[in-house]
Amino acid sequence: MATDTTKLTMAQALNRALRDAMAEDDTVYVFGEDVGPLGGVFRITDGLTAEFGEDRCFDTPLAEAGIAGLAVGMAMNGMRPVIEMQFDAFAYPAFEQIVSHVAKLRNRTRGRVAMPIVIRVPYAGGIGGVEHHCDSSEAYYAHTPGLKVVTPATPVDAYHLLRDAIASDDPVVFMEPKKLYWAKEEFDPAASRPGIGTAVVCRPGTDATLIAYGPSVPTALEAAEAAAQEGRSLQVVDVRSLVPFDDETVCAAVRSTGRAVVIAEASGFASVASEIAARVTERCFHSLAAPVRRVTGFDIPFPPPKLERHQLPSVDRVLDAVDDLQWEDDQ
Amino acid sequence: MADDRDLLPSEQPVQLLDESGRPVADPALPLPDNERLLAAYTALVIGRRVNDQAGALVRQGRLAVYPSSHGQEACQVGAALVLGENDWLFPTYRDSVSVVTRGVDPVEVLTLLKGDWHAGYDPYGHKVAPQATPLATQLPHAVGVAHAARLRGEDTVVMAMCGDGATSEGDFHEALNFAAVFKAPVVFFVQNNEYAISVPLARQTAAPSLAHKGVGYGVNGERVDGNDTAAVLAVLGRAVAAARAGEGPQLVEAHTYRMQAHTNADDDTRYRSPDEVDPWVARDPLARMEALLKRKRVLTKARQTEITERAEAVAAAMREGISRDTDPHPSELFAHVYAEPTPQLKEQAAFLADELSRESD
Repeated sequence: MATDTTKLTMAQALNRALRDAMAEDDTVYVFGEDVGPLGGVFRITDGLTAEFGEDRCFDTPLAEAGIAGLAVGMAMNGMRPVIEMQFDAFAYPAFEQIVSHVAKLRNRTRGRVAMPIVIRVPYAGGIGGVEHHCDSSEAYYAHTPGLKVVTPATPVDAYHLLRDAIASDDPVVFMEPKKLYWAKEEFDPAASRPGIGTAVVCRPGTDATLIAYGPSVPTALEAAEAAAQEGRSLQVVDVRSLVPFDDETVCAAVRSTGRAVVIAEASGFASVASEIAARVTERCFHSLAAPVRRVTGFDIPFPPPKLERHQLPSVDRVLDAVDDLQWEDDQ
Repeated sequence: MADDRDLLPSEQPVQLLDESGRPVADPALPLPDNERLLAAYTALVIGRRVNDQAGALVRQGRLAVYPSSHGQEACQVGAALVLGENDWLFPTYRDSVSVVTRGVDPVEVLTLLKGDWHAGYDPYGHKVAPQATPLATQLPHAVGVAHAARLRGEDTVVMAMCGDGATSEGDFHEALNFAAVFKAPVVFFVQNNEYAISVPLARQTAAPSLAHKGVGYGVNGERVDGNDTAAVLAVLGRAVAAARAGEGPQLVEAHTYRMQAHTNADDDTRYRSPDEVDPWVARDPLARMEALLKRKRVLTKARQTEITERAEAVAAAMREGISRDTDPHPSELFAHVYAEPTPQLKEQAAFLADELSRESD
């Protein structure tokens, strides 16, 4: 049989993942704000109500705590809800439900009540969005025991990670880098990808390791390409799964080069990037030729559109951080 | 669309028994039959005994704390007794007697307060959601359970309990609104006991009654004398039947009173006077039912002795069960965070195990 490969955007890949999961498992329900006939503000749920009916993909009242709370009850009663938070900062009203119940019910009930819920959160900047539409909120979720947190950087990963998230018996916060929704990639439905909990080396390199996730992965790849022009070989690791974190792959990569830069768009203080830098330092200290550097957003509320480029990790900032990794000691 | 006047509660709470236990005729609601009344009375006596025994166990240091429903037992037993086997109960932390009435072992109910774990019973065993301390957050869960059942074509009804303080929370609003929009078969049962710890009802709402809140969502509101077991059974029974018949969610406010402090850790003399508490003693739900059943000659001396003995047996089993050493093993701390522990949790579990083995050396 010929392989059916076509180019898909990340938005299309996510849509396909939802459609395939709903077709395969009739306990998968999709709901949120504007996800019905409109297909979501980013069209991720496009056509699902038409195909599966309004019981399976439905609009709710405009209330995020209610959406998350409804998902908890439906999960208690045998279903696998996939809920959409329309934007990163609009998910905050649901925070109590997510932190106090979605994340804790399995533990509270000694494993008797599972919470197979996927919470889709379009996040991060780079699209010229106004305030409350560009937050990188991953650290809030990653800090909460009981949640898994994943974020794809490519359409193919988006498809497979979302399928894995829906199949997971644990709640998964699925962070979608909205500036990559329109990124295209060759999509082979028969191909497989590593599951949740696995990082991948997405560009080989020998001089230093760039560790990135979600919206920062293309920046890291671009920086590695630019560095290659200058004769420096940078390895790029796509973390993919913030929780569980793949210490093994990340640390093996860093040990192989001896230098590391962590890149993330979120504010750096008390961030996922900081956690990664600390873990790498603790585990790879004797292999490191220089302190682990971080390239992150400033510790400021996300800027207005005209100023947002100053907040986003840029190729130049990444290359400057790489330059700072004490290369003179090698000479 | 329903006429909004149809959704408004009655001016006075529904009452089927006066304070001395004499029947008050209500043309729309007959008195429950003798068998049901006797079963409710038995549950009341056991419930009061459970409350008293739990209080004693706190004083003995066996429980960390106990929020008593003393005086609210009519609501406690009514909420459980009107449900069928496939229905669900969503209790608050003060609704332990309701959970016991539903059939859960009191010792398992008190696991949270004993400090062994956050919840003790299997929620699927008797279809009772775990008790938790955040206010009103269980209400959207109740809507989710009901909505899932409705989507599968099941005739499950969910009893979602909360107190007067919880009606100020956003989740109360979102749950009622979602339930109404989705026509979810939920009975929202508010026990208005006049206090949220120290804060009186007047600081929670300026609404004419909590049941009046229903009309804003298109939900039928009812008020009932929460110390009148017969009326609670009748009103909740009617609400459950309406929800089951597809008439959408129902809101029932029971007017009752928290006879004791919030918990043993609270000092209620700082915010209310005994003069306020005293009149409620005369409205005690047990005394009213006892008077009714004696007048109806349903409650014989032999029956009463039998009920008391049952309640004493429950209390004895509680004392025995709570005193039993059931310290959970620390390794369990890592067992239920995820379906499978993450590599990081495995590391941390190994760390703790090592620490413990060195302690025991």
